[in-house]
Amino acid sequence: MSATAKTYGLLAQFDTAAGIFEAALKVRDAGYKKWDVFTPFPIHGMDEAMGLKNSKVGYFTICGGVTGFFTGMTMIWFMNMFDYGLVVGGKPLFTPLFAFPVSYELTILLSAFATLFGMLVLNRLPKLYNPLFKVARFKAATDDKFFICIEAADPKFAEAKAVLENAGATAIDIVED
Amino acid sequence: MGNAASIPASAVAGKKHDHDHSAPPKIVAVDCPKELEREPLVLNGRSFHWITNRIANVCEDDMPAWWWPAFIISAGVMGMMFSLLAYLVSTGVGVWGLNNPAAWAWDITNFVFWIGIGHAGTLISAVLFLLRQKWRTSINRSAEAMTLFAVACAGIFPVFHTGRVWFALTPGYLIPMPNFNYIWPQFRSPLLWDVFAVSTYGTVSLIFWYVGLIPDLATLRDRARNKVRGFFYGLFSLGWTGSNRHWSNYEKAYMIFAGISTPLVLSVHSIVSFDFAVSNVPGWHTTIFPPYFVAGAIFSGFGMVLTLLVPMRTLFKLEDIVTVRHIELMCKVILATGSIVGYAYGMEFFIAWYGGSPYELYAFKNRAFGPYWWAYWSMITCNVISPHFFWFKWCRSNMVFVFLASIVVNIGMWFERFVIIVTSLHRDYLPASWGYFTPTWVDVCTFIGSFGLFMTLFLLFIRYLPAIAMSEVKGVTPQADPHHPLGGAKGGHH
Repeated sequence: MSATAKTYGLLAQFDTAAGIFEAALKVRDAGYKKWDVFTPFPIHGMDEAMGLKNSKVGYFTICGGVTGFFTGMTMIWFMNMFDYGLVVGGKPLFTPLFAFPVSYELTILLSAFATLFGMLVLNRLPKLYNPLFKVARFKAATDDKFFICIEAADPKFAEAKAVLENAGATAIDIVED
Repeated sequence: MGNAASIPASAVAGKKHDHDHSAPPKIVAVDCPKELEREPLVLNGRSFHWITNRIANVCEDDMPAWWWPAFIISAGVMGMMFSLLAYLVSTGVGVWGLNNPAAWAWDITNFVFWIGIGHAGTLISAVLFLLRQKWRTSINRSAEAMTLFAVACAGIFPVFHTGRVWFALTPGYLIPMPNFNYIWPQFRSPLLWDVFAVSTYGTVSLIFWYVGLIPDLATLRDRARNKVRGFFYGLFSLGWTGSNRHWSNYEKAYMIFAGISTPLVLSVHSIVSFDFAVSNVPGWHTTIFPPYFVAGAIFSGFGMVLTLLVPMRTLFKLEDIVTVRHIELMCKVILATGSIVGYAYGMEFFIAWYGGSPYELYAFKNRAFGPYWWAYWSMITCNVISPHFFWFKWCRSNMVFVFLASIVVNIGMWFERFVIIVTSLHRDYLPASWGYFTPTWVDVCTFIGSFGLFMTLFLLFIRYLPAIAMSEVKGVTPQADPHHPLGGAKGGHH
């Protein structure tokens, strides 16, 4: 590793969607692991270009949904049959039929909470400190410019500058940690 | 594209003579027809930076001169509503005009009216997302905000019509907690289903809206001109960087939200309709209610979206982003759902006759020709006739006409709920208990006040948050596509 302990990584700027897309392919093919692409909007096909796997948010959703459904059914059975059964209109104390609408809503409610939670956990958000924000140029990542950051922790970091220049970067900054 | 259709006429003309099975087919030069370009979603080929600037400036610059008077009036009207609610709680629910046969009237009408308006936001953000309708990106943010504010207005009425509001909240008429006799709320009642449906709807809409806001809050954070703005936008954007590893999870989560909000939005107004349909009251006890209520909700919701967006796009010069095409497409949704609503009115009458129940038939005759005939025919004029102007392109693309028609749609939909609720209740099985409902001034002013709450929240929204989803609009421009020449790709399409 040629980088000093203080360096977080290299941040390269690109000006067009095609530019960042081609560059991502090159960085991926050069075998980098600890790197990321920053864009103002999701770019179609970028997950494949970076070699990312399918997101795991869905597993959180299904757990939340199943929990919600059974919470609803159990709650209604407990309240209206087990704890204090009260006959109303000659109807049964419990059937899954009248318990369904509420269980259905709770399925959706807890799915939504789990999806939000899952997305934040997988993205490690909220994040209070990020060395990238020290680069003034990086403010354009939420406006109209595209960036690739290769971290100093990557074993191939020594060649990173050449790879990024070769990929057509319009500006390269060293990010201090 | 269909090559067969594009063979030039000269090549086809010569075909009869050399139609010979033994000879190999002649190779003819085919002029490929030009691929028809769709009308762009952002006009005048605006750049990413222009889009960011134009939308962010709305909530960064000082508000235009009209904003303060509008805000003060709205807040005053909202204050009137809260004073009247305090009057109701301190005096009793009798300050409203409710009486014995018509125990539900303006309160529940207003509830269904507002909750219905909310449905357009979720339809735009969820259903149109799943259907890959990219034009939704220009309107989804403000429509979702409108949903939240409409649900807030809706929630007030059922809570306050219980009279002693503190019992509604705790211990539980509405929230499942045992009351003073250790009796739980009973879940066989659709009214309790409604509590869960509406509160789930409000919560999930809020989460969906907030998740959509995160990338745009990061944009505002990066553009912040002072520390206070930087701090708050920074706090709520959670440290978002636009990392593609984040976008990957974010987009999956967004799609799941759309996937779970779609059955949610359909279920919410179905369950609202169960409040009526599960009872035995003639005029309410019909199976057509769930789809008919959902269509009506979307109809009124798009009406309100247009009422807000048509002035907003002009006042903030957003015509290149919310284009005439967007307005036209919304008018077409109004036309489609309005036709469904008109069909449902007709079918209700047919079933009332065909079903053979004299009470049901009486309820419908009474609805159209009884003491509330004026409400019924206002509803028909506004909901059945007015949407059909949108068959004509002139009507869909004339902003003044669209604005006025959208208001007519909302008046009609308020009357629809009033007609369903009050005409069915005021005369049921027993003529001895027939009555007539007249609203008091408190009824009227509380309803007007709910518009004050709605407008106050909406004006604050456009003051502090980006009213259009910047990252999503950028994502549907041609230069966002890495395989499009405008995105910098060499050699065009592949």
